[in-house]
Amino acid sequence: MSDIVTKEQIRRPENLVYSKTKLLTDKALSYCPGCGHGTAHRILMEVIEELNAQEITIGIAPVGCSVLAYEFMNIDMQQAAHGRAPALATAVKRLMPEKIVFTYQGDGDLAAIGTAETIHACNRGENITIIFINNGIYGMTGGQMAPTTLPNMKASTCPYGRDVTTMGNPLRMTELVAQLPGVHFVTRQAVHTPSAVRKAKKALRKAFDLQKENKGLTFVEIVSNCNSGWKMTPVQSNKWMEENMFPFYPLGDIKVDGQLVK
Amino acid sequence: MKELKLMKGNEAVAEAAIRAGCDGYFGYPITPQSEIMEYLMYQDPQKTTGMVVLQAESEVAAINMVYGGASCGKKVMTSSSSPGISLKQEGISYIAGAELPCLIVNIVRGGPGLGTIQPSQSDYFQSTKGGGHGDYRLIVLAPSSVQEMADFAGLGFDLAFKYRNPVLILGDGVIGQMMEKVELDEFKPRWTEEEIRRNTPWSTMGKLNNRERNIITSLDLDSHKQEKHVAHLRDKYLEIEKNEVRYEEFQCEDAEYLIVAYGSSARISQKAVELARAKGIKVGLLRPITLFPFPKKPLLNYVGKIKGILTVEMSLGQMIEDVKLAVECKVKVEHFGRFGGIIPTPDEVVVALEKQIIGG
Ligand SMILES: Cc1ncc(C[n+]2csc(CCOP(=O)(O)OP(=O)(O)O)c2C)c(N)n1
Ligand code: SF4
Repeated sequence: MSDIVTKEQIRRPENLVYSKTKLLTDKALSYCPGCGHGTAHRILMEVIEELNAQEITIGIAPVGCSVLAYEFMNIDMQQAAHGRAPALATAVKRLMPEKIVFTYQGDGDLAAIGTAETIHACNRGENITIIFINNGIYGMTGGQMAPTTLPNMKASTCPYGRDVTTMGNPLRMTELVAQLPGVHFVTRQAVHTPSAVRKAKKALRKAFDLQKENKGLTFVEIVSNCNSGWKMTPVQSNKWMEENMFPFYPLGDIKVDGQLVK
Repeated sequence: MKELKLMKGNEAVAEAAIRAGCDGYFGYPITPQSEIMEYLMYQDPQKTTGMVVLQAESEVAAINMVYGGASCGKKVMTSSSSPGISLKQEGISYIAGAELPCLIVNIVRGGPGLGTIQPSQSDYFQSTKGGGHGDYRLIVLAPSSVQEMADFAGLGFDLAFKYRNPVLILGDGVIGQMMEKVELDEFKPRWTEEEIRRNTPWSTMGKLNNRERNIITSLDLDSHKQEKHVAHLRDKYLEIEKNEVRYEEFQCEDAEYLIVAYGSSARISQKAVELARAKGIKVGLLRPITLFPFPKKPLLNYVGKIKGILTVEMSLGQMIEDVKLAVECKVKVEHFGRFGGIIPTPDEVVVALEKQIIGG
């Protein structure tokens, strides 16, 4: 019996190599197992913790699967109407320029119903950070076509695949907003592998550092999976994402220091 | 020191908002209320009181900016006219659901649709019955003078914060555009961050270590909790109905007939009362100042004392429904209105009174 290691024996300070950031609550995530939202939440809150900015950060949650982000993020948060998060964030930052303000939005929220609010907040160069989770589909409402759905990709409202001649082409919002002078830093990341997570976290850190320096709008897209909506296992969905989403939505910086990359 | 000025209604509400310590205005141009944002931009209060003034990309964005600002415990406002107010309804519903204070000004023009840019009172239902989706009420103030446009900015913010509820100033093109003498309050300083944290412990200004995080939301996926929340809203609205009814009576003491009218219609009706009295008709005017809460009891008190009520509105007849409910249909109530941007004359009102109420 004595060679069975107990929990208490393992949980010694010298054995602890990682702990959950205090900026995530203990509430169990409402996301499907394997979904990228949870990882994105974690690195976002780790960055706010590293910046020691819990007391001055205000987050805006969207309508979408991450509508309950405020249940998990241990900071003051507001829950916007579908697509309107950048409008809320605009006011919060204008009224309290010394705070750190971010929105966290899905692709339906940001690139369909909220297109106007997104583009105009970007164009005004609001000094906020927009975090854009692009999973190519409407997750929350059950897998309908999003503006970002790939050509021929199936979704519940395009069961035969997205026909671009009648349903339009996928919208690359990130490239679009990168064109606007008010936008200072634009990058596209992913969170499906440890190295991608590290890079994405660095990108978030950079975005918030730039916000603190009042550089203008910073925009971080995270290409993510929706294994439920795509009707795949988490592993299959990550593979499918690499093979199909990344060629259309290539990872990397798009605008740095106010200059388009390439 | 109070200050006396000659101003348009639209300018008066803007100036009074600055003086009331307003933190932010977010709007989108539309006739007949564009002077509100123009006046604010010209005054540039960011340089004096620190008030933010921002032209949004749409009314939808503007009301959601108000939502974000109100969530921080800031005194924020927007203004628009009918088509723009329709666009704001989703945001207003969220603000009411999340129980946030804010000030909304609607300088009504004739509808439906793009309608006309001329004055109207056809947004009464939308203003007093909710307007957007869900069970909620706004506190609705109906100014009938430029002075009241100014006074209701401060009063509006006070009521909004007292009840954590959006307040709507329901004016119309006449009130917004006409010039009158107005006495302006002294400048009240804007709240500091410490004051906001003290006055609005629910606000999202950043989670300090000594408290739990604050969340502003209108969502509750648990229907039992949502039912409780809506019941709480109902109790709040009942409280508002108990405490905040405001109205004015004119020549009502010996009245055999009553005109009920608000806003510019009340101004016209006041003249009509004078004309009718000169002809020997004993008529008085009751002017609701709050449309929600509606002066139900004061109206009910007239049952048994008067022979009939004429409501005068620049619409097909919307407030008349509240008047009939208030008097429990125990008195004859008739509507007279012009609409589509036409303003009734006092003479027309007297004729309507004689035909529909006295002769009818
Ligand atoms: C005004 C309005 N229209 C529609 C909806 C329904 N709705 C909720 S979430 C959603 C789509 C969310 O998709 P996305 O933004 O891509 O986020 P995801 O769930 O995929 O993370 C829709 C259409 C709503 N809540 N409000
Ligand atoms: S539906 Fe999709 S986006 Fe939503 S939690 Fe599940 S996997 Fe994630």
